[in-house]
Amino acid sequence: MMQPLLDVLSWICLLGGAIFLLIGAIGVLRFPDFYTRLHAVSVCDTLGAGLVLVGLIFQGGLSLVTVKLLLIFYFMIFTGPTAVHALAQAALQSKLKPLVDDHEPR
Amino acid sequence: MEHLIDIVLLGLLMITGFAIVRMKSLLAVAMLTSIYSLLSASLFVVLDAVDVALTEAAIGAGISTILMLATVALTRDEEKAPRHTPLLPLAVVTVTGAALIYGTLDMPHYGDPAAPVHQHAASAYLHDTPGEIGVPNVVTSVLASYRGYDTLGEVTVIFTAGAGVLALLGYRTRRRNIQGPGIRKLVVLRVIAKLFFPLILLFALYVLFHGDYGPGGGFQAGVIFATGFILYALAFGLGNAQRVIHHPLLRIMAAVGVLIYAAVGIEGILLGGKFLEYGVLADDPVTGQHLGIMLIELGVGITVAAVMLIIYYGFVSRQD
Repeated sequence: MMQPLLDVLSWICLLGGAIFLLIGAIGVLRFPDFYTRLHAVSVCDTLGAGLVLVGLIFQGGLSLVTVKLLLIFYFMIFTGPTAVHALAQAALQSKLKPLVDDHEPR
Repeated sequence: MEHLIDIVLLGLLMITGFAIVRMKSLLAVAMLTSIYSLLSASLFVVLDAVDVALTEAAIGAGISTILMLATVALTRDEEKAPRHTPLLPLAVVTVTGAALIYGTLDMPHYGDPAAPVHQHAASAYLHDTPGEIGVPNVVTSVLASYRGYDTLGEVTVIFTAGAGVLALLGYRTRRRNIQGPGIRKLVVLRVIAKLFFPLILLFALYVLFHGDYGPGGGFQAGVIFATGFILYALAFGLGNAQRVIHHPLLRIMAAVGVLIYAAVGIEGILLGGKFLEYGVLADDPVTGQHLGIMLIELGVGITVAAVMLIIYYGFVSRQD
């Protein structure tokens, strides 16, 4: 009874995570400048990888594997955004101007 | 299914290789080599070589990238235009590659159980490990016990490398910390670094002492341990990192690790066994093996961590 439900939940999470990662990758390729690309990476990476991990936790059940996956999840929600923040700070530091829309609003 | 993963990973490896050759920016090349190592590590996981994968991820993707970036920071980050035509190197590479591919034709089929490498000593190691050594991870028993001489040699090589870097680059003490970017800009990085610093060290100890049971061991643990301090140095500046762990201490520790390893070997002789024979270290041979493996892994870890930090300090202390 429980196993098919868990499988379905796990697959929803896995596929959702994959879709978010794909969107992030498209964003990195398509966005015009460094800061917008970072934005695509940070948001989609955290959410996508997080969803994949949640999906794997559904597969793992109550076991040591789940504890390890939770630890990875914990590390990821801290390290990902911090790395992106440090990158953006470093870019600002080296005087990289963000791309802004100079047109006056009509 | 597994072949599909293999093909995708090998394809990505090839693309990364070409990108490394084509790129002119050395910073980008350093990052790409890190990706290359991470892909190799994934490939090792697919091949069930988790110990090698852990080493590759920690050393290849982790610390060597940092050391390369530190080197690039000392030099220019643009590749010089080559002064000669690429035709001769291309010809050499093509001939060598063709010879290597020709050589693979004679090799046994992928995963063939009758391959010579599975016939020689490997089957004996697999068969005897549970009885003689009593550790679940055969890689550790081979590395630390059966091939203990080789590992002692490897540790000595790492020690020599550290001594070489120290002799070439020297070391400048920096009493005051350079105040780089303002405190407020680094506050997120510093908080997270402080939060993760003890966890990284704890994980390194886990990898070190859990090496008997799962993937891991002295080499990986040493690198992870050093990475923790490098993270601290990156976030808080080299001066503060040196206050945490002094350079003279590192030089002593690098030697202490090798000496612990060799002392375990000599202790074996003193107790009536052979060099690096752990069975005589305790009343029960299997307990002796456990003790010996743990001690030499500790020695390996200390040397590796100290040498990695010596190299990092050596490079970074020269930056102005």
